[in-house]
Amino acid sequence: MTDLERKQDRSPVPSGWDYAPAPEARDIVTLEERYGVYVGGEFVEPRSGEHLATVSPSSEEQLAEVAQAGPEDVDLAVGAARDAFENGWSALAPSERAKYLFRIARILQERSREFAVLESLDGGKPIKESRDVDLPLSAAHFFYYAGWADKLEYAFPNRSPRPVGVAGQIIPWNFPLLMLSWKIAPALAAGNTVVLKPAETTPLTALLFADVLRQAELPPGVVNIVTGDGRTGAELVKHPGVDKIAFTGSTEVGKAIQRELAGSGKRLTLELGGKAANIIFDDAALDQAVEGIVNGIYFNQGHVCCAGSRLLVQESIYEPVIEKLKRRLTTLRVGDPLDKNTDVGAINSKQQLEKIEELVASGEEEGAEIYQPPCRLPEKGYWFVPTVFTNVAQSYRIAQEEIFGPVLSVLTFRTPDEAVEKANNTPYGLSAGVWTEKGSRILSMANRLEAGVVWANTYNRFDPTSPFGGYKESGFGREGGLHGLEPYLELDESEVRG
Amino acid sequence: MSRLPVRKTYKLFIGGDFPRSESGRTYEAQGQNVARASRKDVRDAVRSARGAFAKWRGMTAYNRGQVLYRIAEMMESRMEEFAERAGGRKEVETAVDRWVWYAGWADKYAQVLGTSNPVAAPYFNFTIPEPTGVVGIVAPDEPPLDGLVARLAPVLVGGNTAVALASEPAPLAAIELAEALATADVPGGVVNILTGYRSELAPWLAGHMDVNAIDLAGADGEIPELERLAAENVKRVVRGRADRQSPYEIAAFLELKTVWHPIGV
Amino acid sequence: MAKAPALPSGFELPLEPRLPRIGSIDQVAVEERAAALARRSIKREAKRFALDMAVRMMDLTTLEGQDTPGKIAALTSKAIRPDPADASVPSVAAVCVYPNLVPAALERVRGSSVKVASVATAFPSGQSPTQVKVAEVREVVDMGAHEVDMVIDRGAFLSGRYAKVYDEIVQVKDACGEAHLKVILEVGELGTYDNVRRASLLAMAAGADFIKTSTGKLPQAATLPVTLVMLEAIRDVYHETGRKIGMKPAGGIRQAKQAVQYLVQLYETLGAEWLTPDLYRLGASTLLNDVLMQIRKEKTGRYQSPDYFTID
Repeated sequence: MTDLERKQDRSPVPSGWDYAPAPEARDIVTLEERYGVYVGGEFVEPRSGEHLATVSPSSEEQLAEVAQAGPEDVDLAVGAARDAFENGWSALAPSERAKYLFRIARILQERSREFAVLESLDGGKPIKESRDVDLPLSAAHFFYYAGWADKLEYAFPNRSPRPVGVAGQIIPWNFPLLMLSWKIAPALAAGNTVVLKPAETTPLTALLFADVLRQAELPPGVVNIVTGDGRTGAELVKHPGVDKIAFTGSTEVGKAIQRELAGSGKRLTLELGGKAANIIFDDAALDQAVEGIVNGIYFNQGHVCCAGSRLLVQESIYEPVIEKLKRRLTTLRVGDPLDKNTDVGAINSKQQLEKIEELVASGEEEGAEIYQPPCRLPEKGYWFVPTVFTNVAQSYRIAQEEIFGPVLSVLTFRTPDEAVEKANNTPYGLSAGVWTEKGSRILSMANRLEAGVVWANTYNRFDPTSPFGGYKESGFGREGGLHGLEPYLELDESEVRG
Repeated sequence: MSRLPVRKTYKLFIGGDFPRSESGRTYEAQGQNVARASRKDVRDAVRSARGAFAKWRGMTAYNRGQVLYRIAEMMESRMEEFAERAGGRKEVETAVDRWVWYAGWADKYAQVLGTSNPVAAPYFNFTIPEPTGVVGIVAPDEPPLDGLVARLAPVLVGGNTAVALASEPAPLAAIELAEALATADVPGGVVNILTGYRSELAPWLAGHMDVNAIDLAGADGEIPELERLAAENVKRVVRGRADRQSPYEIAAFLELKTVWHPIGV
Repeated sequence: MAKAPALPSGFELPLEPRLPRIGSIDQVAVEERAAALARRSIKREAKRFALDMAVRMMDLTTLEGQDTPGKIAALTSKAIRPDPADASVPSVAAVCVYPNLVPAALERVRGSSVKVASVATAFPSGQSPTQVKVAEVREVVDMGAHEVDMVIDRGAFLSGRYAKVYDEIVQVKDACGEAHLKVILEVGELGTYDNVRRASLLAMAAGADFIKTSTGKLPQAATLPVTLVMLEAIRDVYHETGRKIGMKPAGGIRQAKQAVQYLVQLYETLGAEWLTPDLYRLGASTLLNDVLMQIRKEKTGRYQSPDYFTID
């Protein structure tokens, strides 16, 4: 050794590694203090004269005030949509319609960071999800349906599809911009005009989307946005000028809408709740299955209609799965949605937090065993620690009701038949997960599970080309893919045969 | 001296059997006493339809197609009986040809209505149609035979089972059809046919929590009420028409299932 | 036919369907998980910690036909004192050399914390008779190597002669005596993650102290997902037996950013306990300078030029 080498510092190996905060900069977003309703291509003061505050669920800070649109506002929006439908949009060459949608897709890509930050601010979801999931998928959705606009007759053999007219679209708070995209993109591609009602707690990205429409130079009235609470949605549903209602939200509200529309002849699609089974067989690739469980229920704080909220584990593998799952939970980082390392963000609203707390309390009362990893939560805001319930019986409320939060109920099964029986034993039928390395078993399970989406050896994957929607009380109609066009088209009958 | 003909007793068709209404009641239609089904008959019929569903949907498409074709054969061979009880020979021929047309769809509609989806990630992704389950059919009054067949055939070919309310004023052809079905290799319970008063039966069918879809082809003023009842379990509501025939009629009673699987080694 | 000898203490092959059964790996899912972990944003003091740790965990490597005592002298200098201008930059964990260079390396590291690791067992192909491999290991251990990096017999593994692979590791381990044994799987030749997991469990069952991805002689060397698969195998063995096995990704890790990603993956898979050179090494030859540049950037706030860092 040289002298220099001898002078080398020989401090002991340090221990303890904490990730430093890595917040995404918030200054990319500029908010107005107060927003009107977006009607006929411009923001106007709501005739209702009412506003409501939208807060950031991670800080309880008020972000802005938005319009509480009343009947008159909805009427004006529907009128603007009707006007745009009849005077231009439906007669526009489909290839031109396509180009507007392509423009929107591109602008969303260009402004994706701004949207991602706003989405996380207003809704509480981790920035890594809004950045890596919500925004790319939103842009992709517009890009996908853009291409359909001038190819509709190829999608429905022997038919000459026509737009339905004015579509009233009511979207939830869990994926605000993505659900907007799921609704608006196919509607416009099919030649309809739209009145969109964003969720009460997450209206801001929809309002920012209005600025995308301005940049895309979309003709006024083709898309109108009315914010407000459930009353605004109800006005939209019952407005006689609306030809079609598309709703994503709870089964309870979905049923109310279906009842409200009874006899009206309006077209309706519903994407409602779920209580999906995520089924782990003993030959599954275990570590990946555990990731799938985590992604299935803690993605977006479990605010996912297709969340894998019921874990069905084959008994022979129960212990290692639960051990691995618990260990994995200790690595989940809960906190500031804008921190790039956050895995689980804030619960969307106080109301939702209370609902989760109530159901979790019921689970403990009914006798399930609760596990929550050690976790320090911020003082302000709405938070819930990722939770696993074991010793859950099929009859417990936490195994039956949609919690819509980061709460997993674990049940066991012994045979494939039992897994199918338990998985299907619910009024819902939105999604299911299957984990096994055996190909024939995957196909058999996929065949027997009553669910609109079956994820085999994966979970919570979405793509604009891939139809999504429920069986049974999870709703009807599909969003995404070729099938996602159908709700927005009249398919003219060909010659009657016989 | 002319021979006194033996009359047929017109009964219900439930679970492959021909029971009288549990109510013990009948009503007179087309000069005959016809069973007047009750809500309990609706209940029993739905139970039969649910029980038959797994087997019917589990049959191969080829097999289902053959069963539907067999229905056409059975009807053709009873052409006269049908013609007498329905709107004449022309209507029967139309109905027979309809079965043949739909029989041919059994192993094709999935190829027309399904998709393989090119997702932007390493996953194999496809969407296939599946039967929705138990379908209630409020058959149109007219035409009494072909109206029912036009609504029933697309439901069956998709693998659903059905509970159908026959034409109220002209129910005889429907029962005649039941007899053809019973001899046409259609498993018991796949089709259940009830005669009676629509206003007494349709609400029970529309409100039944184990019925997945309802076709209101024969409903009229009662549509709003029936649709309201249907919302209770988010039923798929179809306002069918007797003159429609296309694969989209099949699609109306199908669910779409999307399956994802990673592509890896 | 080879017969597996008695298993080393503390570890038994599973009789129940519990872990560590061999199991399988879903390629798409494991690659997605690895990619997700690689997107962690490591800033400021967390980054400085990681860069410091990366240096401490490094096996500074030269495995060339043209290696000479002179080359080894330069390498060991760098190993002991990576940044001549900054004594607070720690020494690396070890230098990794061919057997013939072991004496030169030992001579140079004496008195420092740096260990000498030698590759052995007909590195890199492993295609020699077992007794030759074992003799080679005895030789390097006799010369004083602290660590032995052996290669498994991929020919035997891929033809299903697992017992042969197992036997050989057992014998090499025996020959190692006090020296630490790292078993190189050469994942680039194994073809699937399933095989990587199988080979990992086999090596650990046979007595490996470390498992290591690659020789560095193939274009397909360490990747984040393959390392994750091996870490998960290590975790399963630890959980089942309490034995802590080390991990060494090697080959293809050239940038500080990658090193941080590997450490994030380690930390979130095996926890803080594994954040030590005793249980984790980064096998690399050119990584060190990039890490040094990043360390100086963190300290000075200025982006650095390679001109200011010695090539040794």
